[in-house]
Amino acid sequence: MIAAARRDSQSAKLLVVDAEGGIRHLPRATLGALFSQGDLVIANDAATLPASLTGIHCGSGKPIEIRLAAWLSVRDPTRFAAIAFGAGDHRTPTEKRMLPPPLLPGDQLAFGPLMAVVEHPLNDPHLYRLRFLGDRATIMAGIARQGRPIQYAHVRESLSLRDVWTKIAADPIAFEPPSAGFALDWRTLENWRQRGIGFATLTHVAGISSTGHPKIDLRLPFDEPYRIPERTAVAIKRAKSKAKRIIAIGTTVVRALESASFADGSVRAGDGIASKHLGRETSLRVVDTLLTGLHQPGDSHFELLRAFADETVLLKLSAVCIRNGYRIHEFGDSMLIERRRTAVRRSFSLLCCGRAVTTEPHLEMN
Amino acid sequence: MMPTNIDLKKLRVAVTGGTSGLGLALVRLLSARGARVAFVARTAGLVRQIAQETGAFGIVGDVGYKDDIYPVALEITANLGGLDALINNASTLGPTPLAPLADTQCEELEHALRVNLLGPFQLTKALLGALAASARAGQGAAVINISSDAAVNAYSGWGAYGASKAALRHLTAIWAEEARADGIAFLSLDPGDMDTPLHSLAIPDADPSTLKRPQDAAAEIVESLLTALSYDTAGQFGVIP
Repeated sequence: MIAAARRDSQSAKLLVVDAEGGIRHLPRATLGALFSQGDLVIANDAATLPASLTGIHCGSGKPIEIRLAAWLSVRDPTRFAAIAFGAGDHRTPTEKRMLPPPLLPGDQLAFGPLMAVVEHPLNDPHLYRLRFLGDRATIMAGIARQGRPIQYAHVRESLSLRDVWTKIAADPIAFEPPSAGFALDWRTLENWRQRGIGFATLTHVAGISSTGHPKIDLRLPFDEPYRIPERTAVAIKRAKSKAKRIIAIGTTVVRALESASFADGSVRAGDGIASKHLGRETSLRVVDTLLTGLHQPGDSHFELLRAFADETVLLKLSAVCIRNGYRIHEFGDSMLIERRRTAVRRSFSLLCCGRAVTTEPHLEMN
Repeated sequence: MMPTNIDLKKLRVAVTGGTSGLGLALVRLLSARGARVAFVARTAGLVRQIAQETGAFGIVGDVGYKDDIYPVALEITANLGGLDALINNASTLGPTPLAPLADTQCEELEHALRVNLLGPFQLTKALLGALAASARAGQGAAVINISSDAAVNAYSGWGAYGASKAALRHLTAIWAEEARADGIAFLSLDPGDMDTPLHSLAIPDADPSTLKRPQDAAAEIVESLLTALSYDTAGQFGVIP
């Protein structure tokens, strides 16, 4: 277990931004004492796959790292969209990583005993369709043993699965951790329960956050599949009917809930695909409050914050974070941001209602 | 008579130590009755053989080895699509032939604690999110830790095993209290003296006819599991306080 994660759980801080843009500083350990009776907290219970595989390009004998970036069909581990790097590891920033040996359709890759075949590029020369050989159990065993969590240069220590699974991690389906959930522990959930605060989950495939290729990064986040349990939808309806707050743990929860939303703030249970980018023009229908990590202007998480707060508030946050020594990375501190209070709710929404989705690939690809 | 409100065919169960003795009997019984089963054991050849025989998902891993825990948890939940019940059955006797504590090496006790106590602790922790998700969905969730009368009674020569099983039994009791509100039942079950490889390793000259058949013990454990799950699905663990 990495030292950073251990330290953070003891001393993490919480930046609270209220609906008027007012700011408070709290220890994150006080999370269990926040919110009111009847409010509903919703978290993403996706567990994270060890989606980085290091091995050999069989044709050239050269080292290669594959990062699984998206399911082609959810829960089918035979095929993924993947990006590739040459020699090196996560300590080199992704945009400076060596290119992989040229990859042609039919090329074989070996990750220990786990074998894969390059099928074809997906709209971009750096994004490939990859097929693993073997049955489901064999492939999952190979990924479990040969894979490591995707990680970036700002954390030098090698992460293990334990470092990237939240305490509530259930369904191993995400490519990167739904990291806002690192703020949750069982004690906090117990405190909420005792205070009459509801807790429910959904499962959202948190995707890869950076590929090192500007053209692909512009397409991030990819369309992300999610599943909202019936009980979660019922709990939301009930909380909404009593005018209680819906608190989302992480931007993935916001994306899923708003994708599945109806105009009255209820949500459609079942499977869907979060494909819309949320931002300034988004009128939030479901989520009142968001717990998230601290994000820099420019990244897609920051764009989503514009749905919650005005530009002036968000710009102020960066300075506040620096001045108060907040740690801005996925194992760092947290922010709780309330949706801005608006005189008149915008009557339109850019979000379509949640779509029922069966097993179509969720990436629009060749 | 089994409780009827739990559909075994929808049940997703993981069993550690699934290639011999009680664990194997559990894998066979649960698979035969239609449950979705994943089992863990150390020997790849045996895992393959039992997987082929039963149709269960076989996972090669050692619960006594810390680095195996999360990969094993990943394989369990990915193959079963979640988890309703975990049966921590894998055990080691400690020194064999059985030895008095005064002759037991510290490393032998450490190993017994690692396999019989820390392994179940870590695997349960790694799978607690999946179990809680099952409970939230109204399907119930349970952890069964296989115990022994040596966890309660002081038998000469059973120091490493008895101490580790006693600790596991108490861990189970405390976890039962802590996880009750999350809808996860924790049970410590003593299957009794069975005709298993572990028993013959401990008492080589025991008369097998005086010992319980592991398949009978497995049937009792499955019954206890179904009772625990039917209690948990009574509806009191919804998301609304």
